[in-house]
Amino acid sequence: MSERLSVRKTYKLFIGGAFPRSESGRSYVVTSSKGDFLANASKASRKDARDAVVAARKAFAGWSGATAYNRGQVIYRIAEMLESRRAQFAAELVAADGVSTKKATELVDAAVDRLVWYAGWSDKIGAIRGSANPVAGPYFNLSSTEPTGVVAIVAPPMGPLLGLISVIAPVIVTGNTCVVIASERAPLPSITLSEVLATSDLPGGVVNILTGKPDEIAPWLAGHMDVNALDLTGASPELALTCEELAAENLKRVLRPPTDTIDWLADPGTARMTTFLETKTVWHPIGV
Amino acid sequence: MFEYAPAPESRDVVDIKPSYGLFVNGEFVDGSGSAFKTINPASEEKLAEIAAASAADVDLAVQAARKAFTTWSAMPGAERAKYLFRIARIIQERARELAVLESLDNGKPIRESRDVDLPLVAAHFFYYAGWADKLEYAGYGTRPLGVAGQVIPWNFPLLMLAWKIAPALACGNTVVLKPAETTPLTALLFAEICQQADLPPGVVNIVTGAGETGAAVVNHPDVDKVAFTGSTEVGRLIARSVAGTGKKVTLELGGKAANIVYEDAALDQAVEGIVNGIFFNQGHVCCAGSRLLVQESIAGELLASLKRRLGTLRMGDPLDKNTDIGAINSAAQLAKIRELSDMGEQEGAERWSPACAIPDRGFWFPPTIFTGVAQSHRIAREEIFGPVLSVLTFRTPGEAVEKANNTPFGLSAGVWTEKASLMLWTADRLRAGVVWSNTFNRFDPASPFGGYKESGYGREGGRHGLEAYLR
Repeated sequence: MSERLSVRKTYKLFIGGAFPRSESGRSYVVTSSKGDFLANASKASRKDARDAVVAARKAFAGWSGATAYNRGQVIYRIAEMLESRRAQFAAELVAADGVSTKKATELVDAAVDRLVWYAGWSDKIGAIRGSANPVAGPYFNLSSTEPTGVVAIVAPPMGPLLGLISVIAPVIVTGNTCVVIASERAPLPSITLSEVLATSDLPGGVVNILTGKPDEIAPWLAGHMDVNALDLTGASPELALTCEELAAENLKRVLRPPTDTIDWLADPGTARMTTFLETKTVWHPIGV
Repeated sequence: MFEYAPAPESRDVVDIKPSYGLFVNGEFVDGSGSAFKTINPASEEKLAEIAAASAADVDLAVQAARKAFTTWSAMPGAERAKYLFRIARIIQERARELAVLESLDNGKPIRESRDVDLPLVAAHFFYYAGWADKLEYAGYGTRPLGVAGQVIPWNFPLLMLAWKIAPALACGNTVVLKPAETTPLTALLFAEICQQADLPPGVVNIVTGAGETGAAVVNHPDVDKVAFTGSTEVGRLIARSVAGTGKKVTLELGGKAANIVYEDAALDQAVEGIVNGIFFNQGHVCCAGSRLLVQESIAGELLASLKRRLGTLRMGDPLDKNTDIGAINSAAQLAKIRELSDMGEQEGAERWSPACAIPDRGFWFPPTIFTGVAQSHRIAREEIFGPVLSVLTFRTPGEAVEKANNTPFGLSAGVWTEKASLMLWTADRLRAGVVWSNTFNRFDPASPFGGYKESGYGREGGRHGLEAYLR
């Protein structure tokens, strides 16, 4: 009796809550760490990037307008969904990175825990970053945080799951929406993650994931006038320079790539959230 | 309108030297660029000859700041605080002198330089002095960045200097600051104040000059931090030029603020707020309420009342204590205001100004209102930076918010209503860094200031203002 032929998954993009192929019709070969064929991933184009920005912008009003409690619940739900697929993600990491099953499981668990950690921040970041300001006059004066808007993210090439979660979660927990360019080398976990996102009550368009060449796609996002901020964590120094220069056109907030290798297992701190927050200060007179 | 006798503030309190050098490493030195003159915009008389800093001069200033950084950053915060408190006190002691000098060099009414600028300048130093030994409680780290290169505009010369220098020094940085070309005098007097305070040499360096000097400061490889207040156009250049460097940047740029008046607003107060919003400091204010959005049902009544109020504004000698509107800061700025105002007429908006005598010499522009303005008009989109108000109307709160946010800027906004829930609903939806409700153009060192979108990034003032100078 012959062995059963497996049914392979088609890896597509994740835009506006749907899974379209690249409008360009292009794909590229993804291999394992040993060089074996894994899949043909979609190779996103400029048009796909623009569609993703449209989806992210459309989702912004609803997501930023949701209560912080609600956003926290949704992100916790993502953690739940990821937890239930631990084995699947561990297997994908073993294939993508050639790590041991034990290490892969540790990374998946860390990704789940990171989501739980960020979920709890949704209704607390404003408390530690906002303030009631004691101005010298009869005025009520309150500073509070608001999300910046649409954030384009170049995800780290290494850490295809934990690194990816660690750049997405801090951006969306505060109410931003995002367009993410996944690791070119190991894009498959990002698309499997999309399946998790699509079943976690996360509104379509809050996270959009593109696979392909960051060098080709990122500059279009960096120069896009409806993108408010850039996270260049995964960009090479050359790409980061190009993108930061393009970002100047509409004064995007830019998180530059790290100078040292990031330890994704370490405490991430709050900078990834606060870089994509605005502070709004409201004044009102006090009187009878 | 009442007749007022002239009530000029004496200019004898200031002693303007014929020429000024650069302030580098605690001393005044010659500049190697070609010197320029600074004039009184209300009379076009020359006030002084000012040295221009070349790239080599800027380099010396950065070297001095770098050298001073070693000791200044290692000094206990409590000691740095005492220097800043000292500076704040000297500013208070010399407030009248500084106010008169500011009005002479800038053209703003003495009533504003004396009652708004100078009290805020002293308060800003007091405020950040108090932070210097409490940084570990602020939540932004405690390590200074190094040398801060700071470039400031001409609209609030000394106040912008305070916003830049006070937090930088409190956090342990040293600075090289370039004041605006048309308003260098109070910064140079501030340099003397640093000497009086025995501030260690090199902690504050002032380099005067035009755009080239500013570019030399921003692009100097040994500058760790760039802080700029000015136009969005220059802000873009700076953002591009620091790309790929490790420099931390804060930009406080242009605005085109909407001032929304709902039909239930207290109209007399709203009129005062509109006037303060756009005619304060001749409209040379990045957060000026330059777009009045008035609910259609009260537009006629409000405009009649506003025009009546404008008829009582006094334009003229900035040193006269009764003056409400002073001189436009420069010929170039006046030309820009004229160009955009003419464009407003050409594009079909209706222009109105009160009858208003214009002095023979100096740069003047009367308070001006445009009605019938469409969102596509240049006067509704571009920052005029002058006493020109564009009036638009709306019917529903949703329309008000949509129009208010229909701009690439996002610095400030105003809301006028007696209904608290509507005020908060509106404030919540405005994409702007500062929202004044039932007031306008209020500033305080404890209150963070800065914009969304193309109005720049970073906040100045308050605990938030420390973030730009720490790691």
